[in-house]
Amino acid sequence: MKFETYSSSRESCCDREACAPVLSASDLSLFYGRKAAFRGVNLDIHEGCITALVGPSGCGKSSFLQSLNRLTDLIPACRIEGTVTCCGKDIHEPATDLIALRRRVGLIFQKPSPLPFSIRRNLDFPLREHGFTDRGEREAKMESALRDVCLWDEVKERLDSPATSLSGGQQQRLCIARALALEPQVLLLDEPCSALDPISSGAVEDLIADLRNRFTVVVVTHNLAQARRIADDVAFFWVKENAGRLIEHGPAEAIFSDPENELTRAYIAGLRG
Amino acid sequence: MKSLIHRQRKPADAFAAVILWVMAMAVSFVFVWIVFSIVAGGLSSISREFLTKPPEFSGRSGGISTVLVSTAVILMICLGAAVPLGIATALFLSEFTGNDEWFGRLVRRSLDVLAGVPSIVFGLFGSVFFCRVLGMGYSLIAGGLTLACMVLPIFIRSAEAGLRAVPEEYRSTAAALGISRRAVIFRLILPAAVPGLISGLILSLGRAAAETAALLYTSGYVDRMPESVFDSGRSLTVHIYDLAMNVPGGNSHAYGSALVLVVLLLIINGAATWIGEHGLRRRLIRS
Amino acid sequence: MDSSGDRWLLWVLRGSAVIAGGVTLLVILFLVAASVPAFQHLGVVRFFTDASWHPAEYAAEGTFNLWPMLVGSLLVTAGAVLIAAPLGVGAAVFCQYYAPGAVAATYRRAIELLAGIPSVVFGFWGLIVLVPMINQWHPPGQSLLAAVLILSLMILPTIAMISDASMAQLPDEYRFSAEALGLTRWATVRGVMLPAAAPGVLTGLILATGRAIGETLAVLMVCGNIVQIPTSAFEPVRTLTANIALEMAYAAGDHRASLFVTGLILTFIVVALVFIVEKINRRFSSLIP
Repeated sequence: MKFETYSSSRESCCDREACAPVLSASDLSLFYGRKAAFRGVNLDIHEGCITALVGPSGCGKSSFLQSLNRLTDLIPACRIEGTVTCCGKDIHEPATDLIALRRRVGLIFQKPSPLPFSIRRNLDFPLREHGFTDRGEREAKMESALRDVCLWDEVKERLDSPATSLSGGQQQRLCIARALALEPQVLLLDEPCSALDPISSGAVEDLIADLRNRFTVVVVTHNLAQARRIADDVAFFWVKENAGRLIEHGPAEAIFSDPENELTRAYIAGLRG
Repeated sequence: MKSLIHRQRKPADAFAAVILWVMAMAVSFVFVWIVFSIVAGGLSSISREFLTKPPEFSGRSGGISTVLVSTAVILMICLGAAVPLGIATALFLSEFTGNDEWFGRLVRRSLDVLAGVPSIVFGLFGSVFFCRVLGMGYSLIAGGLTLACMVLPIFIRSAEAGLRAVPEEYRSTAAALGISRRAVIFRLILPAAVPGLISGLILSLGRAAAETAALLYTSGYVDRMPESVFDSGRSLTVHIYDLAMNVPGGNSHAYGSALVLVVLLLIINGAATWIGEHGLRRRLIRS
Repeated sequence: MDSSGDRWLLWVLRGSAVIAGGVTLLVILFLVAASVPAFQHLGVVRFFTDASWHPAEYAAEGTFNLWPMLVGSLLVTAGAVLIAAPLGVGAAVFCQYYAPGAVAATYRRAIELLAGIPSVVFGFWGLIVLVPMINQWHPPGQSLLAAVLILSLMILPTIAMISDASMAQLPDEYRFSAEALGLTRWATVRGVMLPAAAPGVLTGLILATGRAIGETLAVLMVCGNIVQIPTSAFEPVRTLTANIALEMAYAAGDHRASLFVTGLILTFIVVALVFIVEKINRRFSSLIP
């Protein structure tokens, strides 16, 4: 099965009733060997929204994120139960085109991960591999992606210097631009600010907020204040019985003002975790 | 454990230091002695003619040009066979098998065994398999392929180490961008592993160039200029062996050949060390 | 599913791994196949009970006692390891704990260079320089002693480099805490560092033993090559490896097959040593920091 490439002619929508979920996990569990990273997670990701996954360390947020585009396949002895559907199609079906899936559902790591190339080649290489043979088209996509992350003016003079020569915040924005250039439908961000200094962190956070409505964003964060500032939906994870669990999820204002679950209430109040 | 807390008397400490210094000086002395005798004995026979003329009178006079050509051909055949096969196998072992997969373990284990096989036994194997069964006879190609079998485990081991040294993040980053395994391997991992691959290649080259026993009964003794890879030809090492053991009056040219061989190996091993220490990282970023 | 190009690549790589792993099988297969006539016509016992080593093309016409050469190989190896072990381990201790930085660096480089000298050059040097000296002292010169000395020089770098590397891996705290206890340098080395590095040192010794027993030409050129069990270090001996190199040129029939048996024995010994090393490494991998 081929996922058709996403077209950008779509209405901005953050209306949970009107839109079918883009990604939907049902009864999803993930095991590293015998140990469960998380169990029984049911969560819908709504189109055009920013969904924040919050919770303490080790509660399976990052593993959950990586299971959404099957990056967990890279980990030996990692086993998945349950289903994830992307636009109604099960991503664990044998016929799934992994390459198309990962292009459609992009992922940004916690640590900035530039490839050991020049800045230009970091964007050019994935584009070329995804079949953009026209050089001019690639250049245009590169420029617009770098403008999207407000990096263009900083790097346009030195596109051929190594990507590792950028600062941490610039590297992370480069990685986001690299993913955006592929025009994903969903962008998964795994604590994108936690390895950065406060100023770079602020820049990346603003960038994520700007992506609202243009992309569907799922962001893992430790930082409750950040989740409150940018998220439309919040999902709260907690460790119970040695495995991560989804305790509560819903619109951000509801979770932050009036959580249903005691644990959520305590966590948000800063009493636990 | 008593020695740990019981304070030793000073004389034992001084004695140990003296013994260690004496041993170090003795080993250094022998090393210098060997190098000195090879250089002193070899310099007198080294000349332009020595390197460009073919041997005469079984090597007593003339030069070693044909021997150098045979050596080069044998080494090229050896690397030509071992390097592609070795890189492909190392890629399989590092990129496509987890440590616990039985097939990868089997291949690794059998390469460990191969690494332990004595070189004279490779010579026996080559003389049966390449010379007789495959009908190559005593020939440069039989010698080169025998050496290829011998250096294969060395090359694969260092190539695999080089590939594994490429950070895991590169692979997961590329996978997250939806890039195919093929592109990841050819455009990212192999270029990043180039220093490791080259130092493995040079290590294997050094090992092959120093080998004699595996060549005695595969590439043979003939000291004429080889006309094709199916001709017999003698390597530099076999030339030294033959001059020293079977040719009365061959010592001065044996010295000369030994000096050439040692200098050659010095260059090869020096290059391997240099690459190992300095790497070629910059190459990658610019490409 | 991965793209078809990826699948194609995987099969090419898997095929290469099969070939590379198969070389081992091929080597052993041909060794065994070529040895079979010897086992058929001679059996196993005759290799140890025959009167002497006077092989012939047909089993009935010759005598095939390998024992003196096996003893020769073991004696040469044992002697070389006995000499090289203290020198090699001493070199590592010297570089790690005693020598000033520049001296240690130079000495390490010298040992690396020693490791790079090919065996035929060692043999040649032994023949031209060492053998005449021993001859003056106690003729004939080509002897067990000469072989032991040359071989010990050849395996010394293996022992020194592996010991050095395993000592370099020890955490500095070992040394600091031992010195903080007021131990002398030698007591620190003997009581703390050497025991901690023992698995690595042992690995070096075993690998060096394997290298020694498989070495052919350097030994052949200086050991005299007379098939006998020597009664002194000055008498000539012949090793199993030298025997193969000397007789392969003209051997035929059962004689040739028995040379392959020799090869099989050597391979078996060395492979056994490799497996012991692996066992040690696995056993101690948790202990080696």
